[in-house]
Amino acid sequence: MNGLPLFPRAASTIAPGVDALFTGLMVMTIVFSGLIFFAIAFFAIRYREGSKANRDNPRSESLPLELTWMLVPLGISFGFYFWGTTLFTRMHVAPPGAVDIYVVGKQWMWKIQHQQGNREINELHVPLGRPVRLIMTSQDVIHSFFIPAFRIKQDVLPGRYTTEWFQATQPGEYHFFCSQFCGTSHASMRGRVVVMEQAAYERWLAGATPGAPMATQGEELFERFGCATCHRANNTGRGPTLAGVANSTVELEGGGTAVADREYLRQSILDPAAKVVRGYKPVMPVFRGQLTPDQVAQLVEYIRSLGGPRVAAKGGAQ
Amino acid sequence: MSPHSITTHDHYLNAGYGPRSWLLTTDHKRIAILYMLSITFFFFVGGFFAFLMRLELLTPNGDLVSAETYNKLFSMHGITMVWFFLIPSIPSVLGNFLVPMMVGARDVAFPRLNLLSWYIYVVGGLFTLGAMIFGGVDTGWTFYTPFSSTYAHSNVIPVVIGIFILGFSSILTALNFIVTIHTMRAPGLTWFRLPLFIWAMYATSIILVLATPVLAITLAMLGVERIFGVGIFDPALGGDPLLFQHLFWFYSHPAVYIMILPAMGVVSELITCFARKKVFGYRFMAYSLLAIASVGFLVWGHHMFVSGQSAYAGMVFSALSFIVAVPSAVKVFNWAATLYKGTIAYHTPVLYGFGFIGLFTIGGLTGLFLATLALDVHVHDTYFVIAHFHYIMVGGAVMGYLGGIHYWWPKMTGRMYPEGWAKFAALVLFVGFNLTFFPQFILGYLGMPRRYHVYPPEFQVLNVLSTAGATILGIGYLIPFIYLIWSLRHGKNAGPNPWRSTGLEWRTPSPPPVHNFDEIPVVTTEPYTYVAEEEQRE
Repeated sequence: MNGLPLFPRAASTIAPGVDALFTGLMVMTIVFSGLIFFAIAFFAIRYREGSKANRDNPRSESLPLELTWMLVPLGISFGFYFWGTTLFTRMHVAPPGAVDIYVVGKQWMWKIQHQQGNREINELHVPLGRPVRLIMTSQDVIHSFFIPAFRIKQDVLPGRYTTEWFQATQPGEYHFFCSQFCGTSHASMRGRVVVMEQAAYERWLAGATPGAPMATQGEELFERFGCATCHRANNTGRGPTLAGVANSTVELEGGGTAVADREYLRQSILDPAAKVVRGYKPVMPVFRGQLTPDQVAQLVEYIRSLGGPRVAAKGGAQ
Repeated sequence: MSPHSITTHDHYLNAGYGPRSWLLTTDHKRIAILYMLSITFFFFVGGFFAFLMRLELLTPNGDLVSAETYNKLFSMHGITMVWFFLIPSIPSVLGNFLVPMMVGARDVAFPRLNLLSWYIYVVGGLFTLGAMIFGGVDTGWTFYTPFSSTYAHSNVIPVVIGIFILGFSSILTALNFIVTIHTMRAPGLTWFRLPLFIWAMYATSIILVLATPVLAITLAMLGVERIFGVGIFDPALGGDPLLFQHLFWFYSHPAVYIMILPAMGVVSELITCFARKKVFGYRFMAYSLLAIASVGFLVWGHHMFVSGQSAYAGMVFSALSFIVAVPSAVKVFNWAATLYKGTIAYHTPVLYGFGFIGLFTIGGLTGLFLATLALDVHVHDTYFVIAHFHYIMVGGAVMGYLGGIHYWWPKMTGRMYPEGWAKFAALVLFVGFNLTFFPQFILGYLGMPRRYHVYPPEFQVLNVLSTAGATILGIGYLIPFIYLIWSLRHGKNAGPNPWRSTGLEWRTPSPPPVHNFDEIPVVTTEPYTYVAEEEQRE
């Protein structure tokens, strides 16, 4: 037992903003419920049966009063709405240059994969003072990655990526929890975030058991699964060239465009027929069930590492 | 005639004896009693599950039950309380008893459908109870996919079938109320002369009729995916797990209003009667019920701010959720204003009324915390949410139900409950409730997730407080259970109108005769004409 904590630690750039919002709502709650409780207690005592209070001209309607207690709460509501929504927008979009870390939830553990190749289970080492973005997916049911000290949470879904980001402001260790019920050992699906000074973080990255960087592992997979057979250079293969495709806008077969972000790349590996680049046939085999989420992430990182100018595809991807 | 008997007139309780006279009755008052017995049974079943959960949570480790059992306990607690107690509670018991009497009718529009709805409830209840006894279910009451459709190994299908069946009972009751209120009002009883309890029943019935089919469809799709492997919700089969959440909350958020609107109706009756004053802002009170019922259909996405739903959808749902707070605020202010220049008599029902207003105010205002996007990210799926909705559902709906039971007990049974014990129980419940659930707000903001069988040790003190409160709360529920049964034989004779209420239901003997009114009353005034009545007496 560590005594009786009443307020959680605040250890991210977003946390003080959330706490301020919480405090604002608390003040509003205390004022309003105080007003109601006081009115009820006052009337209940003053107008108790047998009291001599003046009861002349009792009223049972008043348009000005009704409008007041409709419009005042409405105005206050919209104040909090804009406050909460502005902060939410900030929480939603990671600043550029974030450290990207892949997270896979599965019954009942969290598997974490760093770009540099380090892997962890139920532990997440991150640098202090730099934005960190978690790119998350689930291998089975819906989970949720919740770090109370950072005031962030995001559900982790099978079949797609969701992201959340934070920037830690205090070195130390913090809980993270799975907060979406996911089966028998849901309550044990938790771990700790370790926030380290930049130098210590780099030592940790180099020191532990660094495998090859994710992109390198992705390249090996690319070879092993024979992807290069079709995805050749200069659009000479049956599939589009992948150099420079990441984050570009591609035109799709059947009209429309898509931004080739991580989610698009993930989907195009697992379920290639979903969004086919214009000018190509849906001939790529489906890799759903063939690749683990970790491997998909490595392939995505490999494709993202293929820089260079985007070569115009047959169908005219830009 | 002994003071212990109420056989001075023919009434619905002495109109027939033996099981047949009850099981084949089409009298709305007897059906209300049948419902009361059934939901009380399920209330104590659900309460027992909760008690075991609270015992387990006394310590951070899992030492009383296994993780699997714990998961089944909270799932079955939620399923039992939501579907087999809260949703039918006020509508099926008080509504069945009072809707015809308050509109001056001899029964509901379709008495046999009314009995059928009880049988459907019982079949659904036994089905679900059987599924719970023979293995249980561990998906939570929310049945999120793909866990429920693909991964859970428990009795998902039998429980879902039980709830599916139960839904028809809700729909039939609601249809009956809508038709009764539209077509069977006494002469002179115009819409704006109706008591607010009737408005509340009407608004609730609209939600039941419109939302319950969506739940049925959703559960049917869940069954199709689980049994036949048709990909609807599971991405591994090509489905979309968020689709399930959208459909589920499209029913289950309005379902919250199914629970709270009837309690608001009850409280309006209690406050006016014991303040001896017309409700303040009658039309605003009536319209706010309808406003909550309609806008309540448009806010379901606030359960999904961190689900992976688009951020823009989140913004729209957040705004709509703030808007639905306004009619709720209107109600609270009007109740408080009703007391102004009233003549307040402190009987048990009005204590429940005050308790309701206080707890509902806290429950409602903490709802705004959850409607605020950036804050919901932190408190979603934590004990903050648990505390919030128990303030609404237990602090609000259950307090309203108990207040209503005490208020109309003399009418239903012809007997008074023991006032001293009843006040004591109301106090015990109020203290026990707050001690149980207030610490959970703090736990939630600290970050303790809900549905956790084991937890980090720093959360223990608050959990111990909560369990202590739950024990007091449990005792608080047992006291009325005992003295209400006691009062059936030993309570004082109530007489037709012990509260000097103006409602039509009090213009007939207690207990009411089978056909409620010897002569159908003619209504010439608005409801709650207490002041005029007092002046006449002077």
